[in-house]
Amino acid sequence: MLERVSGALALVGSRTITALQGMGQAWALLMASAASLRNADVWLPHLVPQMARIGVASVPIALFIATFTGIVMSLQASYTLTGTIPVYFVGTLVGKTMILELGPVLTALTLAGRVGANISAELGTMRVTEQVDALETLAYDPLAYLVVPRVLAAILMFPIVVLLAIALGIGSGWITALQLLDMSSPEFVKGLRLFFLPWDVWFAVIKSVSFGAVVTGVGCYFGLRTERGAEGVGRSATRTVVVASMLILCLDAFWAATLL
Amino acid sequence: MSIQLLDVEKAFGPKEVLRGFTMRVEDGETAAIVGPSGSGKSVLLKHVVGLLRPDAGSVVVDGISVPELNRNGLAQLRQRIGYVFQFAALFDSMTIAENVGMGLRRMPGWDRLRIAKRVEECLALVELAGMDDRYPAQLSGGQRKRAGLARAIAPSPKYLLYDEPTTGLDPVTTSVIDRLILRMRDELGVTGLVVTHDMTSAFRVADRITLLHAGRARFTGTPSEVRAASDPVLRGFVEGDPDLYYGVGWQNEGINVGGHDHGA
Repeated sequence: MLERVSGALALVGSRTITALQGMGQAWALLMASAASLRNADVWLPHLVPQMARIGVASVPIALFIATFTGIVMSLQASYTLTGTIPVYFVGTLVGKTMILELGPVLTALTLAGRVGANISAELGTMRVTEQVDALETLAYDPLAYLVVPRVLAAILMFPIVVLLAIALGIGSGWITALQLLDMSSPEFVKGLRLFFLPWDVWFAVIKSVSFGAVVTGVGCYFGLRTERGAEGVGRSATRTVVVASMLILCLDAFWAATLL
Repeated sequence: MSIQLLDVEKAFGPKEVLRGFTMRVEDGETAAIVGPSGSGKSVLLKHVVGLLRPDAGSVVVDGISVPELNRNGLAQLRQRIGYVFQFAALFDSMTIAENVGMGLRRMPGWDRLRIAKRVEECLALVELAGMDDRYPAQLSGGQRKRAGLARAIAPSPKYLLYDEPTTGLDPVTTSVIDRLILRMRDELGVTGLVVTHDMTSAFRVADRITLLHAGRARFTGTPSEVRAASDPVLRGFVEGDPDLYYGVGWQNEGINVGGHDHGA
C-alpha cells in the first residue's frame, strides 16, 4: 500500500517537474523569439507569405463554421425565447454570442487544428531532417526565420479572420431568422443593436490576437522540440492541438474575468 | 592549428557520449574521424560549428573559443564554415538553386545576379549543372549529397565539415563524392573534417585518421599508419571484426552497438 502511494506521488512529482520544465523552455523560446525581432531582414520577407498561409487560407473553414453556428444560434434562440420574451431577442443573442464568444473561440479552436498542427508538423519535419540545424550553419537565426514571421502573421491575421467569421455568423443567423422564424429585418436589427457595445468588438479582437499568438507559438514550440522521426512529428502535431486548445479555453476565461 | 578539440566531454542525460576527446586539424589538411554508428561522431562535428556546447573541455576554431561565442559571434564564425549534412538537409520547399544560394543571401554585398552566378559555379563544381530548378525530392541520394556540398561551399568557407558524406551511396557515387572532397582541399584549399564509418572513403580522402572509441580519440595517424597499426580495437574497426573491436564474448556482455544494447 505504502509502495503504491509513494509510486503515485513519484509519478505526480515527475509529471510536475516535466510540466514546469516545459513551461520554462516555452518561456525561454518566447524570450529568444522576442530578441530575434531585431533580425527584421530575416523575418520580414516571410511575413506576407505567412499571413496568406495562416490567415487567408483559413478564411473558408472559419466562414463555413461561422455560417452554421449562426444558423444554429438563431434557431436555438427562437426555441429558447418563448412566452413573454420578445422575439427580437434572437438578434441580441446571436449578435452577443457570436461577437463575445463563439466567433473568436470556435475560430481559434478550428485554427488550432488547421494552423497549429500544420506549423508543428512542418517545423518538426525540418527539425528531424536537420533543416533547422542547416539554417543555423548557414548563419541564419532559426527563430527569426521560422518562429517570428508565423507568430506575427497569426497576431495580424487571426482578428481579421475572426471578424469575418463574426460577420458571417450574424449574417447567417439573420437570414435564418427571416426565412425560418418569420422575423422581420427591423426586428432582428433591433435585437442586434439592443445591448451592442463597440467594446465587444475590441474584446473579440484582443482575444483573437492572444489566440493567434498561442496557436502559432505552441505549434512552433512543439515543432522545434520534435525528436525521433515521423512518429515524433505526429506526436508534436497532436500535442500542439491539445495544448493550444486548452490554452485557448483558459485564455478565454481569463479575458472574460479581466475585461468584462 | 585551425580546429582544436581538447578534452571535450558531452553527455545526454545519463549517456556519456564524449569523455575527453582531443584532436587537432591543421590548416589545409583533411582529417577523418572514424568510428561505429552511435559513437558520437556527428555530436563532435556539431560542437565544431556551435550547434552543441560541450559539458567540459574546449573547442577552438581559428583561435576562437566556439562555446564562448554569442549568437552574433557564432553567425560570423559559421560564415567561414561549411557543413555537409549526413542526409543533405536540403530545404525541401526550395529549388536546388535557392538552397545553394541560401548562405550567400546572408552575406553583405551579394545581390541577386552575383548569387545566381555563384550558384551556377558551385553546381558546376559538383557536376549538377542544369539541375538548378529541381526540388530535392526530384534528386537521387548522390545528387542530394552533391547539392548539399554545393550549398556548403557556396560562401567560400575556410573549413568544410562532412557528416557521413558517403553513407547510403553506391561504390561509384561514393568515389565521386570522395573525389569532390579531395578537390575541395586541392583546388579550393579548404580545411576539411570528415566523420565517417566508411574506411575505404576515409583512406581515400584523409591526410590523418582518428578513431573515436568510448568517447575518446583512441588512435590518430596517417592512412598508412592506420593500416600498419597493431591496436586491436583499431584493427577490429578497420577489418570489421566485432570480436577484435569489442573483445571476444561481446554479445553476452550487454555492449551497446550502434546505439542498441546487445546481450544480457
